[in-house]
Amino acid sequence: MESIRLYFKYIKLNIESQLQYKASFIMMSVGHFLITFIEFLGIWVLFERFGNIRGFTFEEAALFYGIVHIAFAITEGWTRGFDIFPRLVRSGDFDRILLRPRTTVLQILGHDFQIMRIGRLFQGLVVLIWAVFKLNIRWTLGKTLLLIGSILGGNFLFSGLIVLQATLSFWSVQSLEIVNSFTYGGVQAAQYPISIYKPWFRKILIYIIPLATVNYFPALNILEKSQLFNYPIWLGWISPLIGLVFFIFSLLVWQLGVRYYTSTGS
Amino acid sequence: MKAFLSIIKIRFNLLLQYRIAAFAGAVTQFFFGTIMVMVLYGFYSSSGVETPINYKSAITYIWIGQAMLGMLPWNGDSEIQNLIRTGNVTYELIRPMNLYNYWFARAFALRTAPTLLRSIPLFIIALLLPKDYSMELPLNTLAFIGWIVATFGALLISCTITNIINITTLYSISGDGIQRLLSSIVTLFSGMIVPLPLFPDKLKQLLNYLPFSGLVDIPARFFTGEILINQLPKYFLFQCSWALVIYIIGQWILNRKIKDLIVQGG
Repeated sequence: MESIRLYFKYIKLNIESQLQYKASFIMMSVGHFLITFIEFLGIWVLFERFGNIRGFTFEEAALFYGIVHIAFAITEGWTRGFDIFPRLVRSGDFDRILLRPRTTVLQILGHDFQIMRIGRLFQGLVVLIWAVFKLNIRWTLGKTLLLIGSILGGNFLFSGLIVLQATLSFWSVQSLEIVNSFTYGGVQAAQYPISIYKPWFRKILIYIIPLATVNYFPALNILEKSQLFNYPIWLGWISPLIGLVFFIFSLLVWQLGVRYYTSTGS
Repeated sequence: MKAFLSIIKIRFNLLLQYRIAAFAGAVTQFFFGTIMVMVLYGFYSSSGVETPINYKSAITYIWIGQAMLGMLPWNGDSEIQNLIRTGNVTYELIRPMNLYNYWFARAFALRTAPTLLRSIPLFIIALLLPKDYSMELPLNTLAFIGWIVATFGALLISCTITNIINITTLYSISGDGIQRLLSSIVTLFSGMIVPLPLFPDKLKQLLNYLPFSGLVDIPARFFTGEILINQLPKYFLFQCSWALVIYIIGQWILNRKIKDLIVQGG
């Protein structure tokens, strides 16, 4: 309980310090908004040309896009400490963290909290709201909760990927650009319904990096399309939980990594 | 002129040393290219609309864009930007040569050496992929020559835009926001994310006049045979004119800025 209070104190300090440079914060947020907006234009262009992708309309694709990008924006915000973790190892700052009487996860999460990612979050939100208005979904309480759950599940899944990526730096202090492509590539891949991909790639997105479970299955339920693709309805209702399971799994791997850690000595 | 040529040579040889980074870059580009190709596959196979460019040409276009990514002006020269941040840029002013041209020579090496390392393995892989994903070689040597010449034109535009990014660092210290915004404009409007022929017709007409189309679209369309070799003088002139315009603008802004440059002490 006390740890949680401490975490929020870390966050508060972080936010306050970032808000000291207000102009910079606003410009960076607007920048992030525009950058993701330009990326979204690319998707619009393709729908404008082809009309649909395997029976999914632009509005439906926008729902997938919104869920993934909001989830990823939250991840980018609160797991920034793990994202820059190789730097902490190289500089020896991780040794200091190990000395303190708190868990490593808490301290690294509290190390940095990027609020300017609000630009991406806001853009995802705009797209999601637009999609919701366009789609004529019959909203129920269950569906609303599923939407929120899907975003949270996605957030935990991406966070898990970032923790795993950080764990790798216990074995190699080289910056691991390749692993980065799993998170960013994952965002790219999951912003479309996975049914557009070939079966082998679909299997990767279901069983190995289970992005489909936090995005595709719940979104099909919200759109009431799961029968069309022969998936049982219950699957969509519980699948966002896989994101949480993945996150817990990645924390266990992390603990294992910490045990094997030897300092660089710098 | 001799001085600038030797700068290019020295920087080029130096940058060729970063083989691991180039390998990591090639893997990342391969990853993203594969996702883009699979998305295009989904679009092409789900609707029978007439497209201005066929599937094979479109994915060849995508692979060329990915392979030549290093040549796009998506970032500035990090060493120069660091000099500006630390104030050491004053040493640069002492050099008995035109600062803009010196930076231009560095940009030339920055845009060629890493691209050479990255593009060759990526081209080989992209040619060897299964039929649905692989790129195609040009139909004849003339198309290949057209591609080489247009790529040189693209390089000139790219170096002048790289210099603009370097110069903006003088104005905003961090330069991060403008750089990222510019890089996402460059990647979308050059055709790297979605081939320009697939854009809506009106937008396409506009984009064809902008310098960005000279970066990816024109070389790629020579490669795939969309533009015939007899059009080469026209397109190459277009690229050179833009390069010249941006060159003059860059020179002008830099010279003006140097006159009232304030270096923070320390």
